Amino acid sequence: MSQLSVPHLLGIKELTREDIELILTTAKHFKEIINRPIKKVPSLRDVTIANVFFENSTRTRLSFELAQKRLSADVVNFSSSSSSVKKGETLLDTVNNILAMKVDMIVMRHSSVGAPHFLAKHIKANIVNAGDGTHEHPTQALLDSFSIHEKLGVVEGKKVCIFGDILHSRVALSNIFALKKQGAEVMVCGPNTLLPRYLNELGVKVELDLRKALQWCDVANVLRIQLERQTIKYFPSLREYSLYYGINKEILDSLDKEILIMHPGPINRGIEITSDVADSPHSIILDQVENGVAVRMAVLYLLAGRG
Amino acid sequence: MEKRIIIDHQLLQIIVERLCRQIIEKHDSFKHSVILGMQPRGVFLAERIHKKLQDILQKEIPLGYLDATFYRDDFRRKDIQLKANETKVPFAIEGKNVILVDDVLYTGRTVRAAMDAMIAFGRPERVDLAVLIDRKHSRNLPIQANYVGKGVNCLDSEKVLVELTEQEGILEDNIWLMSKMTV
Repeated sequence: MSQLSVPHLLGIKELTREDIELILTTAKHFKEIINRPIKKVPSLRDVTIANVFFENSTRTRLSFELAQKRLSADVVNFSSSSSSVKKGETLLDTVNNILAMKVDMIVMRHSSVGAPHFLAKHIKANIVNAGDGTHEHPTQALLDSFSIHEKLGVVEGKKVCIFGDILHSRVALSNIFALKKQGAEVMVCGPNTLLPRYLNELGVKVELDLRKALQWCDVANVLRIQLERQTIKYFPSLREYSLYYGINKEILDSLDKEILIMHPGPINRGIEITSDVADSPHSIILDQVENGVAVRMAVLYLLAGRG
Repeated sequence: MEKRIIIDHQLLQIIVERLCRQIIEKHDSFKHSVILGMQPRGVFLAERIHKKLQDILQKEIPLGYLDATFYRDDFRRKDIQLKANETKVPFAIEGKNVILVDDVLYTGRTVRAAMDAMIAFGRPERVDLAVLIDRKHSRNLPIQANYVGKGVNCLDSEKVLVELTEQEGILEDNIWLMSKMTV
């Protein structure tokens, strides 16, 4: 099978294991291409893509834009802060206006959960979810799986622990879906107040003790504390959080094994992770960023090919 | 489907040997020559030609694999999406005499895509094309092979099936011409 089962990438939840594997193998070919002297292929030269960002982003947006340019697509960018959304236009009107200018694909980030799903029901273009509120961030989970696969050779059977603010994290949920579908074992670790209630239904282990969780896992995916999404106080202070849940060199050195350190960025150095860990050879944070472009190229290519 | 053999194992060996001799005749010292096998099925023939050439010339000749999937002009125009394969070009193409190798030359579109894919690695001095089967009178583009294993006159409804032992589950080299049964 060389075709995705879905016309949109709304979330990992909607993908099959075969879809995930197809995206990851295609991404491997694109990674080879972006390391060539001429980093560009003409595949999407008759495709126009709009990046519609209703929420701030540097990494994801740049990564998508580079992926689109490496595939020779025409790209238009839109961010809500400088648009008519401020004048009261609805989401559907905004997007329909963009589509009226003959755009084939929409990459959207939105602060509301389900915004891309809503759009997919009402418009014809292929939609890629670049993050919807606290729900899903599928391309991040795909690039995380790609990076684990690249470093460890396999995802199935590996033990991955996600640390930190699980409650507000779309990266966590997409990663849980992606890892479970590929047969990995998943654990989450963080303060009780930042762990959502539905974790048991997802078949995820829960650990409150940082050291025990680190001792268990092969891969540690460390998340940022999303203060901008926290409307109430979930823990006394950032200082206290980093005392209990900050990953530093001492605690990693005290383990009897080596683990892979991942972080989706942006990093808050000194809070969830110290600089010496983030910059250590075990950290693959910058590999993740590089792989992000290849994975997004694969997603865009495969969706465009479905027409 | 009716199928008949157009090249069997014995004939294939003779053809590969002849192709090699013809390539040597034109490439002389092989100082700047490299072989590029086209994915997915051209690579097996490329490997055979490569091995034979190295046996005859007693020297190392660079061999690479080229996948043209992302350079095709029928993307989004076909119902089925093609699967990409590995590209491995472990040498510089710049200034080289490239011998592109594929199994069947039909419309010429794959070769066109392959040339685009190749140029992404640099500007070759010269490019030759070697194919096992040339389906004559069916080109969509002005592309011809420099070295031809066997020219075949066949209809668009007919198919050339290449079976080489390197492919999974194939025990014997055979090239078939398949045609729809006429009642």
